[in-house]
This record gives sequence, structure tokens and C-alpha cells, in this order.
Amino acid sequence: MSILIDKNTRVMTQGITGKTGMFHTQASRVYANGRECYVAGVNPKKAGEDFEGIPIFGSVRDAKERTGATVSVIYVPPPFAAAAIWEAVEADLDLAICITEGIPVRDMIEVRDRMRKQNRRTLLLGPNCPGVITPGELKIGIMPGHIHKKGRVGVVSRSGTLTYEAVAQLTDLGIGQSTAVGIGGDPVNGLKHVDVLKLFNDDPGTDAVVMIGEIGGADEETAAEWAKKHMKKPVVGFIAGVTAPPGKRMGHAGAIISGGKGTAQEKLAVMQASGMKVTRNPAEMGRLLKSVLK
Amino acid sequence: MKIHEYQGKEIFRKYGVPTPRGVPAFSVDEAMRAAQQLGGKVWVVKAQIHAGGRGKGGGVKVARSPDEVRARAKQILGMQLVTHQTGPQGQKVRRLLIEEGADIAKELYVGLVADRGTQRVVLMASSEGGMDIEEVAAKTPEKIHKVFVDPAAGLGDGEARDVARKIGIPEASLGQAVELLRNLYRCYWETDASLVEVNPLIVAADGRVVALDAKLTFDDNALFRHPEIVALRDLDEEDPLEIEASKHDLSYISLDGNIGCMVNGAGLAMATMDTIKLYGGAPANFLDVGGGATAEKVTAAFKIMLSNPKVKAILVNIFGGIMKCDTIAAGVVAAAREVHLAVPLVVRMKGTNEDLGKKILKDSGLPIISADNMAQAGQEVVAAIKKKKKKKPKPKRKPKPKPKPKPKKKAVKRKPARRKKK
Repeated sequence: MSILIDKNTRVMTQGITGKTGMFHTQASRVYANGRECYVAGVNPKKAGEDFEGIPIFGSVRDAKERTGATVSVIYVPPPFAAAAIWEAVEADLDLAICITEGIPVRDMIEVRDRMRKQNRRTLLLGPNCPGVITPGELKIGIMPGHIHKKGRVGVVSRSGTLTYEAVAQLTDLGIGQSTAVGIGGDPVNGLKHVDVLKLFNDDPGTDAVVMIGEIGGADEETAAEWAKKHMKKPVVGFIAGVTAPPGKRMGHAGAIISGGKGTAQEKLAVMQASGMKVTRNPAEMGRLLKSVLK
Repeated sequence: MKIHEYQGKEIFRKYGVPTPRGVPAFSVDEAMRAAQQLGGKVWVVKAQIHAGGRGKGGGVKVARSPDEVRARAKQILGMQLVTHQTGPQGQKVRRLLIEEGADIAKELYVGLVADRGTQRVVLMASSEGGMDIEEVAAKTPEKIHKVFVDPAAGLGDGEARDVARKIGIPEASLGQAVELLRNLYRCYWETDASLVEVNPLIVAADGRVVALDAKLTFDDNALFRHPEIVALRDLDEEDPLEIEASKHDLSYISLDGNIGCMVNGAGLAMATMDTIKLYGGAPANFLDVGGGATAEKVTAAFKIMLSNPKVKAILVNIFGGIMKCDTIAAGVVAAAREVHLAVPLVVRMKGTNEDLGKKILKDSGLPIISADNMAQAGQEVVAAIKKKKKKKPKPKRKPKPKPKPKPKKKAVKRKPARRKKK
């Protein structure tokens, strides 16, 4: 079992003809069941053509109706990415995964507002995220597939390579993953830590969760407070940015300590108080998780 | 991207947000002319730097005669202004704003920022203007009033009126305050700002509501649609190393320690800095080389790290996913040779073609310390610095050449802070 995606998921790529879209569609397609799962691409100017045998449609709706794809991965460049997300939402897909980095915050505020006001059911993952992978079944995004191992530990994180680091530590210890989810480093995004924790909590295929956060915002605190009341499975955590100075944006637009809020220390304390096991040493994430497995 | 107060006020005026009359000045003579042009009997000479806290640092002075304007301008122009936001070295003042004096009856605060929780823009207003607003928020949070603005509707008349009343705007000035607040929101939204702060917003003795200060920061990701804002960038206010890094699509931030670090990915870069600290060291920088690091990019990154004279050792931590470890290793070796690396270098590589990469490092003949995991890498790099310190009376060595990239300041164009995907 897994969350969000599995081998039966059918995926379309929005922005399939761009350099990034092509590269990662190829790489995702050769992973596990990718060949069956990647069924469509979208580009309004290239409808009727194909990318290495994957048919290209003029719109998300068209791609959905013709292929049955219910999940979309978006590599569309930043100025047009929010519109691409909205197209996926309007077509009523189950899940839109936006990899694109550098989308203006205003565009994201607008698209999230429309999603809420119209009560749209489509889940959004990202933007500015590595995507999601269910090891041994399906990879949607830019993570290296080979470091993963099929198993029963969930991983959720705001950052790309730090997720890979945690996954590799688990795999090295012989611990496999049910699903690894990158929620992205932008301040205004879709699924948050708490949403993904809820999914892992309900997933019979997940026994424990690694939750990785970073400075900025209060998403980790929200997740920890929820977990304190509802989480039935052990969660271990790490927060990047103990050494980050306030007011400086650490790469991710969302990774900034402002007004003394969102420090790593504060987050670690709240997580610990909620019953999570936390570490200040990123090299210890795997071992810490191992220690909580029965 | 940040801009100066006088630039912010020009934008305010365009949006119908009243400000005092003022003229920017780059020299004492210009300051004199500005005062003459403005007329009146009282002027304010304000240092223009991108950091806050200028008043406390001595960068804002009132002048009551043209002679005093001259004296104040002379005193402030060229000074190293130290505020709580500049760090101990301060920031050199190169520009002034000469403003007409204001007759203040009430000092208030208003700010706009994106709220992550509600995913809306939040307008924050307080009766406690002119003070450190973070302190107000911590001590008397009930004195800060918030409106989470509906993005489709904008700031409503009723919402603006309500908040204006709460912060103590007198009835006679309410109409004007409502208009000001709504225009301020429009300014934030339409310019793709990430922060607009007016501290203080004043009610003048004659009842007018005026923005006495203007702090504006813009969303780097949206600069592509605002060439008029990009044109306001002042490279003198930015760290030359950060400017150089942005030319190579690298994300670099100077810090206070002595261990340079080069990492791929922002989260992993922060985690690497944390690991260094955990083992008793201090990072000299944050440096994210991003996903598509080439040998040239790695070399540029090395040069930037090494042009910081504080750097006594370097830690490279790469998680090779789509990027292969052997490519990175080749880049590291080439860079180390090109810059005649004279400080200890610890490399930790993980992922695709890890073994090939390690072999390249080993075969290079360079004194590179290879680490298998982050903990070991952190320990090794901290140990390398300590070892170096112990060997104090060391044999004579040629002073290492410092490849200092001299950024041509004016030629740089601001790119939105985004990189190609891994």
C-alpha cells in the first residue's frame, strides 16, 4: 500500500515538450511501472503529435477524457505554471504535482483562492517540489529512483535533496519506504505536512513516518499539534536551518525566519512536545527511525 | 529584492499613498539644492540604505537651517551606518533623502505581507507606530490588528474603515485613511511586493494621514514582469559575493564562520551547515549549486567561497541524483587545481556513480579528504581546521593567491532567483 499514487495511477505530463519535462518524463517512465503509467502529455500547440510514443493532447481535459489519466505532473515554466495548475484543477483531476520552481507568490495566492472558493477536489502537491514516489511502483517527479526501496516507512519533506538523504539513510539500513512525498519549499503551496501525515496515518501500508522540515512558517508546528491528538504511528523529525540567521532567505522562498518566528529550535521543541522523536543531526534520521520501529 | 525609501515613496505616490515631499541627493551640494527646492524651515536628512533601524543608528537627522542641512548631509553621507540589521561592520551611506519636516500628531504602524497559513495577504496595523513592531507583537499582541484580504475582492472599504478606527485614526481623517490603506494594498498586490511596511504612518497636526517611511521588498520570482522595479536595484547595497553568485545561478549567502560549504539543494545545504555547527565548527556561507551543476559552475562556486578570507576549510556535500557523482568529482578536482586550493577540502558524495566519483578524487593526487556520510564529513572538516591551527609555526609557504572575482557592479542584471531543475 501507499499514499497518493501507486502502479495503477495514470499520469499526464503538462509541459512534456520542454527540456525539463522531456528529461524527467523519460527518467520516470523507465522506473518500475512507468511505461504503463505515463499515458499522456499536454501542449496546446502540439496536439496530435507524440513524445516517444506518449500521445500529446491540446488540453488537460482532453488528455483526461482520452486516456483516463487522473494525475498530472507540471513542468511548465514559472510565468505560466499557475495557469497550468488551474487547468488541471478545472479538469477535476485527483492530483496535480507542480515541480516548477520560481512561481510568483501572487499567482499561487490567486490559484489557491479559486480552488478553495470553488470547493475543488483536486489535491495540489508543490510547487517547487521534487514530486512523489511509491518505490517499486511509480515515480512522478525529479527524484533519483534507484535510492528508494519498497517498504513501509513514509517520508514527507519540504526539500528535495534532503529527502533523498533521508531515503538513502533508510535504504542503507534496509528500511524500505511506502511513499516519499516532497511538498516543496514555497510559502504558498498545496499539501502541507499535516495533510500528508493524515494520509500516512490512514495508510495500512505505512508503519512509521519521517517528517523533515525547515525554517520558516508554521507548517511543522501545525502538523505536530495534529499528530499529538491523532497520529497512531511513530513520527521522527528533523528541521534544517538551526544555523540560519534571521531575515535571510535560505534558497527556498519559504525558508526565512521573519519576526523571530519559524526558527528550527521552536519547531523542534513543538515536535518533541507532541511526542515525535527529533534529532538535530541530519545524519541520524535513518537510525532514529529504526529505533522507533517495533 | 529591496529598494530604498525614496524609491518606495515614489511608488507610493504613484498609487495615491501620500508621503512628505522629498528629493533624493547623492552629494552635499545636491542635498542643499534639494532643501532649497523644498523650501520651508525644517528638513529631515535621511540616510538611504536597505537596512532598517536607521534612526537609532544616527542616520536620520532634523535640520532647522540650510547650514544645518549641509552639516547633517556631510556627516551622514559616507558614514558606515550600523543598525541592528546591518551587522557590526555597518553599511556605507551613498544616498540621502531630503524631506520636508512633518508635524506629527500621532504615529501608527501599517504593514502588508503574505500569510502562509491563510494563503492571503495580511494587512497588519497598530496604534503603536514608530516602534519596533516585532516587540509590540511580542509584548502586546492585542495592539496589532489584522485583516486577511480576499485576493479576488481586494481590501474592502468596510475592512479598511474598521482597521483605521481600531488604530485610532480620528473621525475627521477616516475617509482619507481608508483611501490610503486601500491604495497601499493595491500597491502591494500590483507590484508583486513581498513586504510593504510603513512605520510610522502618521496623522499630521492638520489631520492629514501620511506615510512617513516606506519599506518595500519584492518577490524575486515576479521580477520578470516588473522591469520598472528591476531598474531600481542598487547593487551597492548587496554583498558582492552574492551578486557574483547570482551571475552563475548559484544561491549564496555570506555567514560569519570559517568553513566554506558547497551543497546541492537548499534543504541539504542548511542541514550541512547545521552538521558543521553540531561538531563545533561554524559555516562561512550558505551555497546551493542547484541541480544542474557543471564543472564551470563548481569552479565558480569555489572561487566565490575562497574570496572570503575567513574560509579556512571547505566542505562539499553532494547528493548525486540526476546529477552524477563522477561529473561533480571531475568538477571539484578541476576547480581545486584552478584555484590552487590551499585549505583542507572534505568531500562527501552520495548517489549515482558514487564509487567512480571517489576514485576520481583519489586519483587526482590532491589532498582531498573523502567522507562517507554527513556526520563523518562534518567531523573531518572541523578536525581539519583544528589540526591546521595546532601546526602554528609552519614551514614557509607561498601566500595563496586569492582569486577575487571583481564583480562589475553596474553590468549585472538581476535574475529572478530560480534555477534549472535537477
